[in-house]
Amino acid sequence: MERYLLLEDGTIFKGEGFGAPSTSNGEVVFTTGMTGYQEAVTDQSYSNQILVFTNPLIGNYGVNFDDYESIEPTCKGVICHEVARVSSSWRQQSTFAEFLEQMDIPGITGIDTRELTKKLRSHGTMKGSIVDAKADLDHAFDQLNATVINHDLVQQVSTSKAYPNPGDKRNVVVVDYGLKHSILRELAKRGCNTIVLPYTATAADIFKLHPDGVLLSNGPGDPKSLTHAIEMIREVEKKLPLFGICLGHQLFALANGADTFKMKFGHRGFNHPVKEVATGRICFTSQNHGFAVRADSIDSQKLNVTYRELNDETIEGLRHKDYSAFSVQFHPDAAPGPHDADDLFDDFMHMIDVRKDEKNA
Amino acid sequence: MPKRTDIHKIMVIGSGPIIIGQAAEFDYSGTQACMALREEGYEVVLVNSNPATIMTDTEIADRVYIEPLTTESVSRIIRQEYPDAILPTLGGQTGLNLAMSLSQTGILEEFEIELLGTKLEAINQAEDRELFKELMTKLDEPIPESKTVSTTEEALAFAEEIGYPVIVRPAFTMGGTGGGLCDNKEQLAEIAANGLDLSPVTQCLIEKSIMGYKEVEFEVMRDSADNTMVVCSMENFDPVGIHTGDSIVLAPTQTLSDREYQMLRDVSLRLISALKIEGGCNVQLALDPHSFNYDVIEVNPRVSRSSALASKATGYPIAKMAAKIAVGLTLDEIKNPVTGTTFAEFEPALDYVVAKIPRWPFDKFPRANRKLGTQMKATGEVMSIGRTAEEAIQKAVRSLEIDENDLISPEAQKATDEKLEEKLVHAQDDRLFYIAEAFRRGYTLDEVNELTKINHYFLDLIKHITELEIEICKHPNDKDILRKVKRYGFSDATIAKLWNTSAENVRTFRKEAAVLPTYKMVDTCAAEFESQTPYFYSTYDSENESIRTSKESVLVIGSGPIRIGQGVEFDYATVHSVKAIQKLGYEAIVMNSNPETVSTDFSISDKLYFEPLTLEDVLNVIELEKPTGVIVQFGGQTAINLAADLQANGVKVLGTKVEDVDRAEDRELFDQVINNLGLKQPIGKTATTQEKVIETAEEIGYPVLVRPSYVLGGRAMEIVNNENELNDYLEQNVKAAIDHPILVDAYLEGRECEVDAICDGKDVLLPGIMEHIEHAGVHSGDSMAVYPPQSFSDAIKQQIVDATKKLAVTLKCVGIMNIQFIIHNDDVYVLEVNPRASRTVPFLSKITGIEMAQVATKVILGKSLADLGYESGLYPESKSIHVKAPVFSFSKLEDVDSYLGPEMKSTGEVMGSDHTFEKALLKAFAGAKMELPLSGSVLLTIDSRDKNVVLPLAKKFSQIGYRLFATAGTASFLNDNGLHVKQVNKIGEEGGNRIDILQLIRAGKAQLVINTMGHDQEVTSDGFTIRQTAIEHNVPLITSLNTAEALAKALENRTFATDVMK
Repeated sequence: MERYLLLEDGTIFKGEGFGAPSTSNGEVVFTTGMTGYQEAVTDQSYSNQILVFTNPLIGNYGVNFDDYESIEPTCKGVICHEVARVSSSWRQQSTFAEFLEQMDIPGITGIDTRELTKKLRSHGTMKGSIVDAKADLDHAFDQLNATVINHDLVQQVSTSKAYPNPGDKRNVVVVDYGLKHSILRELAKRGCNTIVLPYTATAADIFKLHPDGVLLSNGPGDPKSLTHAIEMIREVEKKLPLFGICLGHQLFALANGADTFKMKFGHRGFNHPVKEVATGRICFTSQNHGFAVRADSIDSQKLNVTYRELNDETIEGLRHKDYSAFSVQFHPDAAPGPHDADDLFDDFMHMIDVRKDEKNA
Repeated sequence: MPKRTDIHKIMVIGSGPIIIGQAAEFDYSGTQACMALREEGYEVVLVNSNPATIMTDTEIADRVYIEPLTTESVSRIIRQEYPDAILPTLGGQTGLNLAMSLSQTGILEEFEIELLGTKLEAINQAEDRELFKELMTKLDEPIPESKTVSTTEEALAFAEEIGYPVIVRPAFTMGGTGGGLCDNKEQLAEIAANGLDLSPVTQCLIEKSIMGYKEVEFEVMRDSADNTMVVCSMENFDPVGIHTGDSIVLAPTQTLSDREYQMLRDVSLRLISALKIEGGCNVQLALDPHSFNYDVIEVNPRVSRSSALASKATGYPIAKMAAKIAVGLTLDEIKNPVTGTTFAEFEPALDYVVAKIPRWPFDKFPRANRKLGTQMKATGEVMSIGRTAEEAIQKAVRSLEIDENDLISPEAQKATDEKLEEKLVHAQDDRLFYIAEAFRRGYTLDEVNELTKINHYFLDLIKHITELEIEICKHPNDKDILRKVKRYGFSDATIAKLWNTSAENVRTFRKEAAVLPTYKMVDTCAAEFESQTPYFYSTYDSENESIRTSKESVLVIGSGPIRIGQGVEFDYATVHSVKAIQKLGYEAIVMNSNPETVSTDFSISDKLYFEPLTLEDVLNVIELEKPTGVIVQFGGQTAINLAADLQANGVKVLGTKVEDVDRAEDRELFDQVINNLGLKQPIGKTATTQEKVIETAEEIGYPVLVRPSYVLGGRAMEIVNNENELNDYLEQNVKAAIDHPILVDAYLEGRECEVDAICDGKDVLLPGIMEHIEHAGVHSGDSMAVYPPQSFSDAIKQQIVDATKKLAVTLKCVGIMNIQFIIHNDDVYVLEVNPRASRTVPFLSKITGIEMAQVATKVILGKSLADLGYESGLYPESKSIHVKAPVFSFSKLEDVDSYLGPEMKSTGEVMGSDHTFEKALLKAFAGAKMELPLSGSVLLTIDSRDKNVVLPLAKKFSQIGYRLFATAGTASFLNDNGLHVKQVNKIGEEGGNRIDILQLIRAGKAQLVINTMGHDQEVTSDGFTIRQTAIEHNVPLITSLNTAEALAKALENRTFATDVMK
């Protein structure tokens, strides 16, 4: 079935529909990762976004139970150059197309995704619609133009109730702003007894649980819309070891007086080199963010910059000068992407252990 | 970290002659490395024995030595140059091995020379099987169960323990030479014995087979600050069991999920860190298709064939970066030359699929064993880029320049189901075509997977192509179908085949339907950042990114994959042509399909199109770029063969006109030219039927030389002595007879020579004459040659010059041409004219200092020789003597007769230069690995017709201090003439308490085998068996008495006389 991708600048890309037959609107963004389409689609940070894969072939190894990053993905669509006819993997449980259909996510294949990517690169992220070829295009464009991209998305993707992910070592609270399962996997690997709280969690809610540390998860949208979270962080960071990832990093920055901004087309992919300022060590990192911390807004009395992107010098990591609190813009939990920075979870564990020792001493 | 200032002079070791397993990729990496080091301000001393390379151009390094790559010769250079450091990681296995042996001699310590890039310890850890195993155990990385053995008995015992099949991997051999897969005791005994023999340390690894696993490669880099990164991942279409150099490869990996990919990426980075390599490294891994289990297969602690492929596949210049890292720079301070804005610490993201298909030499060696295994057999490879995997594969197939231009192979279509299945199970070079045929016959994915063990995803790509074929057939002249199948790489020619029309008609129809190719940029970053790389590939998508500039441009057609008869020499000429075009102020555009070469380095030309070199693909680029003209003289037969069709399509072919090319290549027209000029040539006739061939041969008189017209490197050319032999020849070459007429020439005895001439239409410059050492009968590409000629009188030389001038002017040559002559009874006969650059161009350019391809290009673009400062005639001869020696890859190819004849067999060449002929000869032999000890034994197995000629030769060897062995006839003849010859038995002959020839060779008792038993070329014949045994046991072998005389001459020169006092 012929389907179109409409962009707010009036461009029409024609292709073949696959996945769900539904129509949708969203912010069109591209990712340059060459593997990990399942992880990307199920990453809640892509909520409300239409995801363009620059890798020309998608779906080659199907979809499997292990690689979900969330159970109910909220991404608005998938645009690719070619979707595999046959997928092959010993772990495969369904094809990518079947999976998208089940998740009610529409896809279009046969698009010149390189042309589209270049457009997004030069124009910046745009609004877009996935529609049927038979649709009334004028009407569709009217609707697209009328669509206001909602950046207040966390409420849609966060858990509404607290739930545990039991372990027998450290007690960690994860605040879910659109949590990727990979973060839970990393905590579980380190034996954490984790409780996941909804995004609305207050400092009081957290203190009640007496955790050893708090992790602020990744998530979609504009961090500034989460004013209550910012307040919560200001309280919690004084008392508990704190680790922010992606959106969690931006919230941590805002809580400490820094500012954030919307990037032209963001960082999405996993070949972004980041340099650790203290050591010069470089890690390739998995990234998915459209907002970033403004470098000139950082109060050097409060925060140290710990990581920067090698090429465009985006702020990629912060550490509090006085408190046991730090954050990174990238995903040390990978999935998809390289594991180069997964020792940050060990740092977090260490921070927790030191604090515990201090308390016990 | 800034670059090091404690070292100033760096020696770079090249990889020597082209052989199977070590081809043009090291010219590419070596050239890049030298340029990178000089860019950083270091003085570079380069040593390489291969003159046919760009890297040995004097402008690439500060000081270039074209000398044998032996410890002795390189030590000599070290003692003169005093380098501070050696960079050995860019010269392939040769470079690494040489570095190791230099270190063993103690010279590195003596001169306080540091090895850059990879430390000796790491080389040992990666190359020595036991040390590698230890390292893997320490890192807790799995490797297939294995054991290093030094005897066949140990091998058999271990195999008994772990069970068959097992793989034999000899230690320190190139491209896995001598290795193989063994299903049983008998095979193991044979292969292990051979492998032990070939291993310089007499060690083999016996390894549990993991056949059927996915084979995955990572190209990784590391700097001195321990920053590590992956440049490119690649996945073999063929599962483990076939040498990666013989596998079809796709990049990036196609069937790995992120989890598997990241797991293997982690392993690769851990390994490069553990080995502390500063530079590039290649990691080969095997992944179980049914679990997360994996094995590390091997690590190459150096730049490799795969890294050249990875560089071209991603645009990321690995060798250049590796050289910079070697002098202390770190990845985060080197700029990424592709984007110019980002840093070298960047893992490329691809938004296309790359396919590599090896190019095998079986078209030249019809009798060779074509089965693929752990021994690499390909001489070269092609790469193609597409936006679908099907497109990449189909473009790669038509880049191969073999008989098949697509997956529709008449051979495969003719096969019975039984044969087809056999072809699927036992992989040969042609398996891809049989896979396609299987799907056409209704085999399912599961069935084909069962037979081939190839992943379903890959198989479905082929199945999809066959389904599209049917769709094409069903819808003739359907624009929508056309648009659709073009996305999957179908050529106009294939569509024409399926629509029963001509490719031209499809092209016209396609253009009317506006189904046009678009060109996309290779930019390392999947369009995330803006880049300016002038590196493009075609695909059928919506946006075209390649924009024609306003500058006048010239298109140069490259020479495609390296194969026997068309080697790296033609890439050399292509690159020089580009330089000249640029110097004259034009934009130089290159098209080529070979990832190993310098010409496909996008920084060489103004624009690079990585494309198949077929008419359709070339015309498409021309229609976009509208160049002033196309140059076809430097891309070997590949380019010249396109000339006529290009002209027919209105393209301006620059230089010698197509009609004149035809006058040189068409037999009848050429005869007219020769007659009109009053020149001599061996009587030759053309015949189109078998009967006519025999008739003609009788008319001319035996022996005659027979060959098909329009030859490449003397394909299917043979000397036949009688009608029986002629009948045999015709039987084996039916194909040739059908496609093209057969040429029958009188075979003249005499010395051969060749010239390359540059002509501007009026003046003719002959940079030099090269005299062949072997008499007529050995292909010019296989013969040794010397410059300047050693046995021609001035009168003969004058005849040659006159004939060349006449031919060049009459054939209206504008540019370059090559003429082969034979001197028979003091008369010069013209053998053939090649209206293009030949393989001697780099050799003569280097010797004479005339950059021939550049001069020729300038002439092609309108300059006169006088403008360029050259006079007409033979260029003054140099004082030093230069000898070219061919190098062969027989040890990699089973069942190929090493007897030299009119059919070219060599894969590469070396040059030896010195002040006397003898010393130059000795160096050339050394470079070609024909080094002989001061004393030893020669085995003479001489054809009865050569008996009389052999006496002086035998005497010479005897005087030098060699013992002689021969079978009864030769032995008694020589003994009767006063020599001491020890008799050995013929093969299978018993008695006399003597060992036979093969036992003698196997026991290592002969240091040289001279075998001229040429006319019994059957695989089962004695001559063949003797030659094969010598090659298997690494004993230098000579099949022409002329070569043997030259060798004796060279050896004599280094020997003291032992004269009795009178």
